[in-house]
This record gives sequence, C-alpha cells and structure tokens, in this order.
Amino acid sequence: MIDFRVLPEKASTFAESVDPLYWFLILFVGGFFLVVCAVVLYWGVKYRQRPEEDRPSYHPHAIKLEIAWTVVLVIIALGIFVWGSVLFFRAYDAPDDALEISVMGKQWMWKIRHPNGMRETNELHVPVDTPVRLTMTSQDVIHSFFIPAFRLKQDVLPAKYTTMWFKATKTGEYPLFCAEYCGTEHSTMGGRVFVMEPEAYAAWLRGEGGGEAPDDVLAAGRRLYDRLGCAACHTAGVENRGPLLEGIHGTTVEMTTGETVVVNDEYLRESILNPSYRVVKGYAPLMPSYKNQLEDEELMNLIAYIKSLPKQQVAIAEVK
Amino acid sequence: MATVVTDPNAAPAVHYLNWRKTVASWLFSLDHKRIAILYLISISVFFFVGGLLAAAFRLELLTPEGDLMQADTYNRYFTLHGVVMIFFFLIPSIPAVLGNFLIPLMIGAKDVAFPKLNLASWYVYMIGGTLGVLVLVTGGVDTGWTFYSPLSTTYANTNVFLAAMAAFVTGFSSILTGLNFLVTIHTMRAPGLTWFRLPLFIWAHYATSIIQVLATPVVAIAIFLIAIERVWGVGVFDPALGGDPILFQHLFWFYSHPAVYIMILPGMGVISEVIACNARNRIFGYPFIAFSSVAIAIVGFLVWGHHMFVSGQAMYSSLVFSVLTMLVAVPSAIKIFNWVGTLYRGNIVWTAPMLYAMGFLGLFAIGGGTGLFLGVTGTDIHLHDTYFVVAHFHYVMVGGAVMAYLAGLHFWWPKITGRLYNHLLGKLSAIIVFIGFNATFFPQFLLGMQGMPRRYHSYREEWQLLNIFSTSGAMILGIGFLLPVLYFTWSLVFGRRAGANPWGAKGLEWEKASSPPSPHNFDHDPVVTEEAYAYTGREQLSV
Repeated sequence: MIDFRVLPEKASTFAESVDPLYWFLILFVGGFFLVVCAVVLYWGVKYRQRPEEDRPSYHPHAIKLEIAWTVVLVIIALGIFVWGSVLFFRAYDAPDDALEISVMGKQWMWKIRHPNGMRETNELHVPVDTPVRLTMTSQDVIHSFFIPAFRLKQDVLPAKYTTMWFKATKTGEYPLFCAEYCGTEHSTMGGRVFVMEPEAYAAWLRGEGGGEAPDDVLAAGRRLYDRLGCAACHTAGVENRGPLLEGIHGTTVEMTTGETVVVNDEYLRESILNPSYRVVKGYAPLMPSYKNQLEDEELMNLIAYIKSLPKQQVAIAEVK
Repeated sequence: MATVVTDPNAAPAVHYLNWRKTVASWLFSLDHKRIAILYLISISVFFFVGGLLAAAFRLELLTPEGDLMQADTYNRYFTLHGVVMIFFFLIPSIPAVLGNFLIPLMIGAKDVAFPKLNLASWYVYMIGGTLGVLVLVTGGVDTGWTFYSPLSTTYANTNVFLAAMAAFVTGFSSILTGLNFLVTIHTMRAPGLTWFRLPLFIWAHYATSIIQVLATPVVAIAIFLIAIERVWGVGVFDPALGGDPILFQHLFWFYSHPAVYIMILPGMGVISEVIACNARNRIFGYPFIAFSSVAIAIVGFLVWGHHMFVSGQAMYSSLVFSVLTMLVAVPSAIKIFNWVGTLYRGNIVWTAPMLYAMGFLGLFAIGGGTGLFLGVTGTDIHLHDTYFVVAHFHYVMVGGAVMAYLAGLHFWWPKITGRLYNHLLGKLSAIIVFIGFNATFFPQFLLGMQGMPRRYHSYREEWQLLNIFSTSGAMILGIGFLLPVLYFTWSLVFGRRAGANPWGAKGLEWEKASSPPSPHNFDHDPVVTEEAYAYTGREQLSV
C-alpha cells in the first residue's frame, strides 16, 4: 500500500495557511497547460493542410485581444503576488512571547540548545501549540534549516544570525534536513523534529528523556557578563559611557547617523564584535571590540542574558 | 513574388562546405557558417559529456542509499553536469550555432560584422572548454555550479580555481558573440529590411545579445573574486576574512538569472520561425512577440533576488523581487498565447520540427507556470533548494531551450547540410524526447513538493519509487537524444538532396540562398520588399 501525498503532512500554523495557495497554483498551472494542449491539438487537426481545401492564410490584427489578455495576466500575477506576500510576512513576524531556541549548523550536523541549556544534536524537541523562535548561525559554510512538515526553511550563515519561527499544531515526529548544499555529507545532515505536549516537553527539558546535561544559558551568559565587565559602562549612573542594556532588546533606538535600528540579536552581536560600526545616539564610540574573544556559543549565551535583563525601575525613572 | 534562384533544387556545385577542403580552411575560417559548424561539433561533445554525468548520478539515485558511488564522487558529478551543460552547452547552443549560421543569412548579409572576432570567440570558447576538460581529468570540482562562498573559497578541497577560470574565460566568448550580433543586426540588414520586417529569430537574438554583453561581465567579476579569495586569501565573501557571503549570491545571480534568458530567448526565436512556417500563417501578434523579448531582457535584469528569498536577504527586498518576477512571467505567457494563436486558421503541416515546437509549447507552459510557485515568496520558502526547483529549471532549460534547439536543428538541417534526414525518425525522436523528458522530470516536481532537497547523494526510503520513475525516464530521454545523432550523421552521406526550400518557408535564407549556401551566402545582394512570414497558405512541402 503506497501512502501517496502531493504535499507532506502539515504540522504548523504556517503549513495550514500556505497549503491552499499550493493547491490554487497547481490547479491554475495545470489548467493552463491543459488548455494549451487542448487548443493545439484541436486546431492542429482542424487546420491541418489538406490538398482539397484552399484556405488563404489568416492575417490577424487583434490588438484588443492582445491588450485584454495582457491586462488579465497582469491582474492574475499581482493577485498571486499579494496572496503569497501576506503569507511571507506572517512567516517573518514572530510573536514576542515565542520560546527561544538556538541552532548552530556545522559540517555536517545541527547543534541545538534550549533556554535552560538542554542540548541536543540533529534532533529538535518543541512543544505543540507554542510559538518557537529559532536563532541560527553556522560555524563554517552556509546551511539551511528545513522542516517540510512546517513548510519552512531558512538559510543559516556563518558570522550572522538568521531567525525562523513556527507554531507546531500536531504532535509527532517529522524529518529535518539541511537544504543548502554544504559539502561532502550534505545529504546526511538532518534529523528529526519531535513535537510534544507541553508537559512532555517540560519533562524532557528536565532531562527525563535523555539528552545531554543542561548548562543553563542564562547562568552561563551572566558569568560572561560579569567576567567581561559589561556593567562597568552599561549601568545607570555611569555618565554617558554606554546605553543601559536592561530592557533594550526589542526597542527601536536612534544611531549617531540618524538611522534607527531595532535592537535584535543581530544588532547586539554586531555591537559586541564591531561596536563602532553603528553607535547609539548620544554615546561616543568608546567600546572595544570583543572579536576573537568569544566562541559562537558564548556569544549566544551572552546575548540571551542581555535579552533576559528586565526593564529596571532605575531605567524607567531615568527616562521620565 | 518571383524568386530568381536558378534551379532551386539542384545542389550548387560550389558551396561553403566544399569550396576549400583542408583542416586549416576550417580552423581558420572567417565564414560565419563554418564557425557555426565548429561550434555545433564542440557543443555536441560537451552535451554528451554532461549527459553521461547525468546518467551516472541518475543511476546512483535508483536506491536511497549512496551505494554506487561515494558522496564526493556524486557531488563532483552533479557540479560538473551543471557547469558543462550551462557554460559549455546551453549558453552557446542556439546563438553560437543557429544564430551564427542564420543571422547573416536572415538579414541578407555576407557575414557578421566582425568575422575575425567571431572566430576568436570560438577559440576563447575552446580555451575555456579545455580548462573545463582539465578540471574533469584533475579530479573535478564539488561546489555546485553556483560556487557559493565560503564553501567554494575556504572549505572545498577540489579544483575550484581551475573551474572558476574555465567559466571566466568562456564568458568572454559569450560577450564577444553578443557584441558581434548587436552590431551585425544594427548595421548589416539588407535594403528594405526594416526593424518590423525582421524575422522574430533576429529580435530574440538581439534581446539575448544585450543580456550577454551587459550581464556576463558581472559573473566574470564574481568568479574572479572567488578565485583571488581562494588563492590569495583576499577577503571578499568569506566572513572569516571579513567578507559577506550574501554579496556573492547577489553578484552571481545578477548574471545567472538573466543567463536563463540567454538560454531561452533564442529558443523562443526558433519557435516563432518554426510555428509560422509549419502553420503557413503570419505570426499572430508580431510586435507583441518582438517587444516581449525586449521586455524579458530588461525586466529580467531586476529579478535576481528571487533566488535568495530564504538566504537572509531583507524581507522587503524579497517582496520587490517577487513582484518583478511575477511581472516578467507576463511576456512569456503572451508569447505562448501568440504562438497558439498562429495555428488559428492556418494550413498546418506536422513535420518533425513542428512536433518539437509543439513539445516546446507544452513543456515551456509547465516550466514557466511552475516558476510562479518559486517567484511567490510564501510558497518558495518550502520549495527552495528542493527537487521542485530542479524539475522547474529542467522544464525551462531542457523542455524549453533544448527542445527549441532540436526544433531549430531539424528545421534548418537541410539548409545547413543540403541534405534531408529520415523524416519519420525525426518525428519519432520528437515523441521519444517528449515522453522521456516528462518521465524524468515530472516525478521531480512531486519529490520537491514532498520536501526532497536537491544535491542529495542519499535520501529517505519513501522517495525511492519516484526516483526510479525519474531514472527510467532519463534512459528513454537518452535514447531520444541519441537518435538524431544517428540519422543526422546518416543523412550527411545518404540523405536526399534538400533543394533550396524543402519546407516551403519564407525568409531570405530559404528564398534567396541555396542549400547549402554558397561561401558568400547570396549570388545577388537581396532586397526585401515584404513583411516577414508572408505565407499564402498554399506553400507545399518537398521533404
């Protein structure tokens, strides 16, 4: 018995919203093909050259017809564009309360870390009906994180963070692939995604389902924060040396150039490695670069810690 | 109108094939027709090399496990297949063979504008080709034909430098050919041959030449930067050296997307000629087909980012590239409507080239239509870098460009060689290619939909059935491609004499030149007094 499906099982909110567009396109393109074939065959037979007929050749001047089908085609093309773009926008726009998981790609495996530090390799455990945001980077070449059941993929680049979010809708086990050709063992760089009930996920996070020993991300980030002495400048009361980091993640800040920037993982990363590239307005480019002092993983921990810093009373008071 | 060719059906005693017989008279010929033959032989060799590589990795894909060859071997084979087919076959195919042969004949000129440059282009191509062969025998290259950094610049252990140089050098051949055609079409048209009397084949090559001249230098630069980053460690693309890998993708696709139009536009030109002749009708909507070629050439420059929707490119950039991609689909669809419309109230003859052309229409409709799935951002996320993309571009490149090339070869073979091939076998090969092609590539749409990533040496078991279909189809397709080699070769010796105009076709190459044409094309300088495709409906076949 062959279990045949055109599209794989769908297991995310995005898959549910995008599948109707696939079916529309399949019917539209299939219909177009069939109409072309039918007309070619019908006219091909009807108007074939026959010695007994003397049919003078046809010299059309069908300007109105040409304009009509051009306009119709443009309208259809734009309609499909709008439909697809609305979905695309949704695939980008992660909810604020999403669970944050970090992904590291390297030749040829996926390393994954959960907020409490739980690690896994080539497997991704996530809770069902919960928005999850993956922050991803690569240690070597470009990879691409691809979960067909979620209809989602995102390239994973060295020295840069990319993100992808989803909300799984169905518990189960789904394949995970690397979709960007990355060298010899590209086709083995994959694994499985386990969508679990939230309680089961919580239990798994506590290490009850195997996995490596948790190393709390925030605790590790906090140790780095202290060791590097970030607070020496980024503290209330220190006169204008560095912006307060508490609650800064997710806000929009103005740069010395007048440009505005949303403070996200990527901007924090850039500010640690290349601080003078884009400096917040009102501050001098005093901060030294921490390039080559932090491993990729340490950097992720540090950023996770900075993100976790709550907006403090002092900060709010100062703004007022 | 009265034609003044003396006894059109007798082969001329002296023609371009026999007027000089030494090897040197071929290797140093400045005759555009002989240069076209040089290209025909060289690209055919590369086509069969590329085809053998494909046959080898299709066999590997019969089973889910990687058992027939090592992963490294597999990766080299698909990379070389791509490099050979794109740079050494598809890009030169129609322009360098049929374009070279026909453009001067169609516009009533003795040769192209710069005959020496034309010969030089072939030598440049051969130098690039020799470098390509060197890559092949020194262990190959395994970066994918896309050469993405930092895989290509830092991590690959194969002969990336040489492969990059092969593509780099060959690019100049393409640029020089495009330049030659542009000047030829502008300055060497016969008296009376106004722009709107030009065969659509010429319009298509004009549009193609613009792309060749403007886009190819960009990929040359990109590939050159890859080489210097790899050899001298100059940081351009690899972030470890301070570069930006997305920059490479922009530079690469800025050429490589328009390159798709370098491959398909000349094919569209061929199809216009073949359909008009075989329907014995004026082409439906001449100006719309002509300007849609130009529109494709221009808008085609602005859509490259649709290869990068999931690359980390900004979301709003992706949306702009997406809307432009949807718009560039429109002129292609207009062409399909006009070609189908040309059949209306015609007097259609079902010849071998016509079968190829109709095959083109169906396959290009699917190839273009499935491009919508990939040009729309929301649906591309899932399909990007899967077998769906592989199937889509093979429908355009093989179902479109190669079918059109074969339609053109079958159509102009009697003109080029002065001989008729076995027409029944010609029709048979068109049908076998059509069936074999669909059997090979249609299953790949389904594989892609199901999520099978491309460039996979081993794959999940549930995908085996479709892969078996695909590999079986590839064997049928291979037979379909071998057949013409046999009957074309046969025809050179045993084929009946073709006569000047066996199809009853319109156009200077048929009405004013013998088959094969004389060394200087025309006995008298032709003058054009009528529109293109002035068919009466009463033209007779003599094949």
